[in-house]
Amino acid sequence: MDNIVSLKNIVVEFEDGDQILKNISLDIKDKEFVTFLGPSGCGKTTTLRIIAGFLEPTSGDVLFEGQRINDVPPHKRNVNTVFQRYALFPHLNVYENIAFGLRVKKLPEKEILHRVGEMLEMVNLKGFEKRTVNRLSGGQQQRVAIARALVNHPKVLLLDEPLGALDLKLRKEMQVELRKIQQALELTFVYVTHDQEEALTMSDTVVVMNNGVIQQIGSPIDIYNEPVNAFVADFIGESNIVNGCMPRDCLVEFTGRQFECVDKGFDPDETVDVVIRPEDVKIIPAENAKLTGIVESVVFKGVHYEMVVDGVDHKWIIHSTKAEPVGAMIGMTFDPYDIHIMKKVQEG
Amino acid sequence: MKKLKVFSAPYLVWMIVFIVVPLLMVAYYAFTTDSGAFTIKNISNVGQYANIFVRSIWLALVATVICLVLAYPVAYLLSRMEKHKQGTMLLIVMLPMWMNFLLRTYAWMTLLGNNGVINHILGFVGLGPYKLINTSGAVVLGMVYNYLPFMILPLYSVMEKIDKSVIEAASDLGCSSGGVMLRVIVPLSLPGITSGITMVFVPAISTFIISRMLGGGSNLLIGDLIEMQFLGNAYNPQLGAAISLVLMVIILVIMTVMNQFSPDDQVLI
Ligand SMILES: Nc1ncnc2c1ncn2[C@@H]1O[C@H](COP(=O)(O)OP(=O)(O)OP(=O)(O)O)[C@@H](O)[C@H]1O
Ligand SMILES: [Mg+2]
Repeated sequence: MDNIVSLKNIVVEFEDGDQILKNISLDIKDKEFVTFLGPSGCGKTTTLRIIAGFLEPTSGDVLFEGQRINDVPPHKRNVNTVFQRYALFPHLNVYENIAFGLRVKKLPEKEILHRVGEMLEMVNLKGFEKRTVNRLSGGQQQRVAIARALVNHPKVLLLDEPLGALDLKLRKEMQVELRKIQQALELTFVYVTHDQEEALTMSDTVVVMNNGVIQQIGSPIDIYNEPVNAFVADFIGESNIVNGCMPRDCLVEFTGRQFECVDKGFDPDETVDVVIRPEDVKIIPAENAKLTGIVESVVFKGVHYEMVVDGVDHKWIIHSTKAEPVGAMIGMTFDPYDIHIMKKVQEG
Repeated sequence: MKKLKVFSAPYLVWMIVFIVVPLLMVAYYAFTTDSGAFTIKNISNVGQYANIFVRSIWLALVATVICLVLAYPVAYLLSRMEKHKQGTMLLIVMLPMWMNFLLRTYAWMTLLGNNGVINHILGFVGLGPYKLINTSGAVVLGMVYNYLPFMILPLYSVMEKIDKSVIEAASDLGCSSGGVMLRVIVPLSLPGITSGITMVFVPAISTFIISRMLGGGSNLLIGDLIEMQFLGNAYNPQLGAAISLVLMVIILVIMTVMNQFSPDDQVLI
């Protein structure tokens, strides 16, 4: 019984009859860092609003430490939120914004001073105490929003894309900082992002969502290495996804050729999605290759080159540390365990 | 910048002809005798009407406070309704304004009269008749009724701009609905409160129709006093101008004090 928040069969329907969340069930463990990952509009913010109490689910239960809290108003939940659009108080300065929750709790002035100071240091905003929040940059406002929620040390902190407005360097620093705080204070973080790298590097558990449905729940390594369907594979890292079929166990056919693989248990000739990571495509001389293509473009990406190779039925994305000249004919091959076979997702 | 100045020219002319010149004329009359010689006798004579000034300020103040207390929750509820319902509700709030001011006040006369509708109905249950009309209460009622929309509108227009997410943030940080009101809504609606007070207090302190029709002879206000000097038997435009001038100064002082309470970047007038 160390689940701190549980969602049980949550359905959210708005007045226009659209189902935004379709039967979401999820257990969040105490002190866990859970990240919701999914494309824009998939229902991440809506899920957080359910946990925070701003929205009542159309059906389903929200549990907090085993107690049903559907009817508990937001101010009585031991949960704080970093809002996607900050929602800072325009009539208060930076200091008073951060101190807001502590003042509501009527903490002594000395403790407020101490805790707000700690937060200002953490989010790198020392010296900004007296500024009105309207005169801050987007990134600074975002950091005030983080500090305002975190200063209360809630059992569960909900963070809705809290680093979206920061530049890459500051974002990386804040990622490390947030993770450190979460572990030091032993808080439960429910984090929302659509940046898959952020999700993979920070979380204990990643929840991949699409269209109001949870696609997969797992550790970052599981999600990356064992995506359950083509959507997850595509969303987590780039992927080559091609149609294929399984003539028999451990043999898959795609783009008209047959390859050895390690997956079994599909119906004979079942049509499947074949997923191959760009870094798993091996370049070999064209002469004795099963699969060939013409290099269409080469882009330098820092550590590797990204090439688009026009095979007959599919444009392959390949990541390689060696670039091939544009226009060259190359051969491609794959190790059997790098070919991931996935059941087709039922549409609708 | 040059272009903007060109566009403001007609307004400038308007201001000079209809605001500055009349003001100078009032000042001129206030400080001259009817033969045109300089005097401060008019101003010093205003002192004998101090009780009327006090009554006017008091009744206008009471009406303003009642308006604020009534309008605040109405404006808040209005601003938190769904957008498409707000328009309709606002229309209903404004509807009485579409009727002629005199007509509206006449209506109250027939309602409040000694043989009026209210006393009539009370009579059926064996109560009354009460003296409703020609009391200061009736004057305040008339002011509240006529000027309430001027309080609701500015309050609504600032409250409507308060982002819902800010209210959510406050309750997320532990505020009950009362706490949200005190810590977020009231501070953020302060500019609306000050401009609403201005828009009710200024017409209320200088009204003469309402006191004439609902207050009878015993509830003279400054407005009545001024009117009498220009159109009544007491004909004395110099004194009327002096009273007007003193009234203007009083209003100016009160408004300056009010502005101390609104945030720097949202000063009124
Ligand atoms: N109050 C509402 N009424 C009707 N539809 C809504 C309402 N709020 C959100 N939606 C819809 O619900 C869906 C999910 O919205 P949500 O804000 O949860 O997405 P999200 O995953 O947070 O997206 P993003 O990454 O862009 O923030 C969207 O299609 C949105 O249009
Ligand atoms: Mg969102």
